[in-house]
Amino acid sequence: MSLVKIAGLHKHFGANHVLKGIDLDVARGDVVALIGRSGSGKSTLLRTINGLESIDKGELVVDGTALHDGRGDLRALRQKVGMVFQQFNLFPHLTAGQNVMLAPTVVKGTPKPEACDIAKEMLLKVGLSDKFDSYPDQLSGGQQQRVAIARALAMQPKVLLCDEITSALDPELVSEVLAVVRQLATEGMTLIMVTHEMRFAREVGNKLIFMHHGRIHESGDPKTVFADPQTPELANFVGAVQAA
Amino acid sequence: MLVQFTTWDIVRNLLDAAKWTLALSLIAFVLGGLVGLAILFARISKHRALQAATKAYIEVFQGTPLLMQLFIVFFGLSLAGIDVSPWLAAAAGLTLFTSAYLAEIWRGCVDAVPKGQWEASATLALSYTQQMRHVILPQALRIAIAPTVGFSVQVVKGTAVTSIIGFTELTKTGSMLANATFEPFVVFGLVAAGYFALCYPLSLYAKRLERKFHVAR
Amino acid sequence: MAYQFDFAPVIDHADLLLAGAGFTLALTAVGAVFGIGLGTAGAICRAWKLRPFDRLFGVYVEAIRNTPFLVQLFFIFFGLPALGVRMGEWQAAVLAMVINLGAYSTEIIRAGIEATPRGQIEAAQSLALTRRQIFRHVVLRPALAKVWPALTSQVIIVMLGSAVCSQIATEELTFAANFIQSRNFRAFETYFLTTALYFAMALLIRQLLMQLGRHVIVGRAR
Repeated sequence: MSLVKIAGLHKHFGANHVLKGIDLDVARGDVVALIGRSGSGKSTLLRTINGLESIDKGELVVDGTALHDGRGDLRALRQKVGMVFQQFNLFPHLTAGQNVMLAPTVVKGTPKPEACDIAKEMLLKVGLSDKFDSYPDQLSGGQQQRVAIARALAMQPKVLLCDEITSALDPELVSEVLAVVRQLATEGMTLIMVTHEMRFAREVGNKLIFMHHGRIHESGDPKTVFADPQTPELANFVGAVQAA
Repeated sequence: MLVQFTTWDIVRNLLDAAKWTLALSLIAFVLGGLVGLAILFARISKHRALQAATKAYIEVFQGTPLLMQLFIVFFGLSLAGIDVSPWLAAAAGLTLFTSAYLAEIWRGCVDAVPKGQWEASATLALSYTQQMRHVILPQALRIAIAPTVGFSVQVVKGTAVTSIIGFTELTKTGSMLANATFEPFVVFGLVAAGYFALCYPLSLYAKRLERKFHVAR
Repeated sequence: MAYQFDFAPVIDHADLLLAGAGFTLALTAVGAVFGIGLGTAGAICRAWKLRPFDRLFGVYVEAIRNTPFLVQLFFIFFGLPALGVRMGEWQAAVLAMVINLGAYSTEIIRAGIEATPRGQIEAAQSLALTRRQIFRHVVLRPALAKVWPALTSQVIIVMLGSAVCSQIATEELTFAANFIQSRNFRAFETYFLTTALYFAMALLIRQLLMQLGRHVIVGRAR
């Protein structure tokens, strides 16, 4: 049974039809890489999975929690779906530890001491156990992004969405973030990521989805898809990315 | 009876009157802040009718003269059968005026919190109230301090208009002294100095807060 | 006994109200032109640090922004004659409005000038423009365009503030309202309609200035 199931999903921005009927199944432990040109709909698709973008038509089910045509219990869905953003979006008025503790205490009602232990554990997992009391502006971009990952993990999501999480980082900081994601993948975390890191997608992902004009244009195992693109659009895209 | 006023007499009378200016400013600022907070919450609520009503409230107060607002409060309250003193009308009028401006300033501060903060807290499954309380308002509050202090200068200056509905504060006392002493240049110069002494420290403080905030970002 | 609202005794004097409104708009127009002119001069002095004018404008700005308009008006109308400077009611009103708006627009325009991106000036320098040319074409115009909404708001604030000019018997809108309510004893109705008129005038000025800004300052109709 699939963990994330998307069927016949449509999304408009005004007159612009950005997602034109998406069908997608993600199994527990899958690592899915979403690629495509800007404007292809990949980020929008990712953001619909936790309701940051509303769905006009279609079905979305995550671990039994469903949205039909965009209606359903959004907060229940979000408790199962974590998200990490390109711009980190840490809460600047809270320390790293408090950033991680906030949702467990406020949403789940976890007692403070327990939430504190969870936060310490999560920060340890991303290699930042010594930064518990640091404020976001005292951390490097890579460290901030790792705190953001810890913050998402503290809610024990069934699936973690990553929206170009290394795009805003200086090149030398990319690897420390990718290392954390790689470790999550080996531990069996279900991941759906929009990424420009093609090599990372190939090495870590077990499923590649190429979006084009609001549709899933081509998909499959990353190694075979990259080696042998079936459509000229993907061949073109892969060529352009590798040339860059 | 003709009384001879020394300059010291003028200053003493003005200082006495400045107490009322200060008192009215404080009352209007504190009560206006409380009402403004209520207006703010209605303005940023998800309730369409509340949004529209408070938007209109703010636009009316920002789009009409303070003097007219005072007149309407003064004559409106007496039509409603309430025996209005200039003091009550001044406090009520300035409170409403202040509430509209502060609500709009604070709404700007809430809007200034980056969209990513809303999204990040939404993905963590926080409810709207939880987002407001734990993520948005704490940040908006920090942004709001400098412009709020800055606006207090407008409140102090606004109290001068209440002299026209007969509230005896600094400006009104100045007018009476100017008539009695035939020294309008000195009297209004001193009145202006009095307002400056009240307002300038607030302006400086607001500017310092703003600078500190920009450095901290 | 419930109060019966009756606006007819106010409507009877509509001609007086409209004349007052027209006079308020005229005062505002003159005040805006000279006030923004003064503010531009002040902003240039402040931004370029032209001694001693930058200091003088600095003192002027603080003095005006930290005292009430009503007191400025009284000082000009009642105080200055002691120095032999005498003027009529409307002249005093215009002068007070110009001085008041000049101070605020100095700060507003200066902020716009100082927000010019460094790269803009460097690009102009690399094209061999002179300091004066850079200021006029690359700095001032975009700065004015950027702060135009703030200037518009300030003009409206000055227009609304001019209601207190009735206190020195300038025959503007509030003066007309005071006169009418002394005749018809319908204070609430008179001030209510007057307030509505001010509100409409504020909307009108915003529309006009925003149009003007789009076509003249920004220089393109978008």
